[in-house]
Amino acid sequence: MKVPFAGAIDCDLHLPSPSMAVLMRHMDDFWREQFVTRRIDRMDFQLTSFPPNTPLAMRDDWRAPAGEGETPLDKLRREALDPFGARIAIGSILHGAIGLYNEDMAAVICSAVNDHLARDWLDHEPRLRGSILVMGSSPDHAVAEIERLAADRRFVQIILPVMGDFLPGKRQMWPVYRACEKHGLAVALHAGSTYRYPPTGSGWPSYHVEDYIAQSTAFENAIVSFLAEGVFNEFPDLRLVCLESGFTWLPTLLWRLNKEWRGTRQETPWLDRPPADVVRERVRFSLQPVDAPADGALLTRTLAHIGSDELLLFSTDYPHAQFDGDNALPEGLPADLQRKIMIDNPPACYPRLAAEAKEIAP
Amino acid sequence: MTRHVVAAADELAPGSSKLVMVGGREIVLFNLDGEFFALANRCPHGGGPFCEGVVTGLALSDGPGRYRLERAGEFIRCPFHGWEFEIRTGQSYCDPRSTRARQFNVAVEHGDALAKGPYVAERFDVSVDKDYVVVEV
Repeated sequence: MKVPFAGAIDCDLHLPSPSMAVLMRHMDDFWREQFVTRRIDRMDFQLTSFPPNTPLAMRDDWRAPAGEGETPLDKLRREALDPFGARIAIGSILHGAIGLYNEDMAAVICSAVNDHLARDWLDHEPRLRGSILVMGSSPDHAVAEIERLAADRRFVQIILPVMGDFLPGKRQMWPVYRACEKHGLAVALHAGSTYRYPPTGSGWPSYHVEDYIAQSTAFENAIVSFLAEGVFNEFPDLRLVCLESGFTWLPTLLWRLNKEWRGTRQETPWLDRPPADVVRERVRFSLQPVDAPADGALLTRTLAHIGSDELLLFSTDYPHAQFDGDNALPEGLPADLQRKIMIDNPPACYPRLAAEAKEIAP
Repeated sequence: MTRHVVAAADELAPGSSKLVMVGGREIVLFNLDGEFFALANRCPHGGGPFCEGVVTGLALSDGPGRYRLERAGEFIRCPFHGWEFEIRTGQSYCDPRSTRARQFNVAVEHGDALAKGPYVAERFDVSVDKDYVVVEV
């Protein structure tokens, strides 16, 4: 169904991956020279995850380039901001730099992506907020990047692919989460992988559909890693946001977590209450892709199993092909839940959006 | 409630447990530092036999990577699924509201006091200078 009222917060929207020519404007002389003399200034550093030619990566009617006299930002307004009445939209650029083994080069490109996001998008559209792209494989660089950009309050989260070099709850990542908590940034894991490891536990799949379906398992692994390693204990104000994760698989994870916790609790005694309660308190999920049958009654039952109306965050997942026309909401969502998902839940999840709302309120 | 003599008190050293049959039911007796407790030998979760479980303490933590064991000897861990029950109360540690092991009243009484009951003589060699563990079922 169409979004029934204005003022939504779109928590997952994709901005186009910039060319190296654009990114090099945000680099110093050393790196500009490096990219040119090494003849990699024309490489697009695309992620293998979700290559742009795949049908799901971009809706057909959104695939056309910007119209005559239209800037990329005009196109974004026309296609993604105006039709859904978004008050705020959190934009992300998932750039292939996060897969590079040269950590310094990767960090320079990530910084350029983030500066491009700030200068070329956020500066020109007050509805846009941003995600800080960081490298999970290099926590030192990630912390430095968070500290560099923390003063820019338009960045509301960091973003990492859900599959990286190691499970994301591991202690080597804790300096990154400490920096996020300190600055009121959420940690977003987005579907995708740096492909340092196969996306399944039994090696490499053959087909795209296998990779696509494997994402939900990766999100389960990541959430359980955060719980078991004690990230939520160590960082009591930190929120984990799962972007493009789907959520219809969540009920069985919650059931299994509570069941297995009772028998294995002694291993992780800091997990001192049913883990499903911790998930309901600290983990959030973007709405699209809904991954539920069209029958609204089935979705309602799934949401009842999840057992909270605070977990979902409205998202269009623009420009990915998750729904047709302006029907960004699935059928059958009760009106009060629509309001929770679009208006109330995002500021409750993102400290920086909550702070903004407070400043605006009389 | 009928009171059954199930063991001589000195058969169960502190920290030990013993499986006994009372009226056709399996009951596990525990001696916690001289106090006696009895639980049905059947985990309320999945039916596991407590008599084969590990008597243990409570694993607690002040934060990730910090471990300590408290109240050693006061909990039984079911051998089937690892659920923990407080021996004193039968309460499940993880889920105290909804899961509780069946518990029985236990007393230690002097042989003199028990000699009157008809149910004693058959199974136990009662003598006045010994104390007996009595379970109410």
